[in-house]
Amino acid sequence: MTAKIAYDDIEVGAELPAQTFPVTRATLVQYAGASGDFNPIHWNEKFAKEVGLPDVIAHGMFTMAEAIRVVTDWTGDPGAVVEYGVRFTKPVVVPNDDQGATIEVTGKVAAKLDDNTVRVDLTAMSEGKKVLGMSRAVVRLA
Amino acid sequence: MALDQSFVGRSYPPTDPYEVGREKIREFAEAVGDPNPVYTDPEAAKALGYADVIAPPTFVFAITFKAAGQVVQDPQLGLDYSRVVHGDQKFAYTRPVRAGDRLTVTSTIESIKSLAGNDVVDVRGEVHDEAGEHVVTAITKLVARAAEEG
Repeated sequence: MTAKIAYDDIEVGAELPAQTFPVTRATLVQYAGASGDFNPIHWNEKFAKEVGLPDVIAHGMFTMAEAIRVVTDWTGDPGAVVEYGVRFTKPVVVPNDDQGATIEVTGKVAAKLDDNTVRVDLTAMSEGKKVLGMSRAVVRLA
Repeated sequence: MALDQSFVGRSYPPTDPYEVGREKIREFAEAVGDPNPVYTDPEAAKALGYADVIAPPTFVFAITFKAAGQVVQDPQLGLDYSRVVHGDQKFAYTRPVRAGDRLTVTSTIESIKSLAGNDVVDVRGEVHDEAGEHVVTAITKLVARAAEEG
């Protein structure tokens, strides 16, 4: 495993390059197929509203997959991720238009740990709301 | 009604092996819009020290969640699946999942709590490869929302 970033070069508080990820209805259909999660709350507006949601929502696991990209793009090697966890706090609502929604992800080195690992705290926002809580990854640097 | 605490620690039989295919990994990487070549190009994966393409970190959820279905649908436990939402998800990796892996999942009920009328069940899925080596542990928190009164 060969992360591009050296442990010795990183200080607590260092910010990772922020990224914005688009998500449309088409994205959700594609993710449903790739992940095998066909829950209709992710593609059927009528069903989503019947169960009390404002509209179709993104798969929480889709949002989780996007958020870690801030870490894996930073290290270059996705296999350098040692731990990764999130809490699903708010849904990402995806309207049926050409724009869809966006997920904005920022990350910051929160702690330097043993074995050349660091803990990165991630923040994922959509429509001004925090959609993931306790979003943390431990990643091994070079 | 709160779930039976005696189910804490219960393990379910390992799942049949899931064979991880290169094209399935490619499909997943495309679905999350991630162009990292380590997911699609064996040469790029080899350059990072892997025997074949690896899967994105959350790919394995498709396998562990299906395995967690053994718990969710255990009639003796009696979780109301129609009220279940995904609360938290955690992964602890020994190594990344890679193409060619044949993975089995052993699910265990880690904890059962009742919070504000909601049943909260943590399911631990231990993922091993064909050689019996540990690959990743997935902890999935399932929250069965309280039934409405009336």
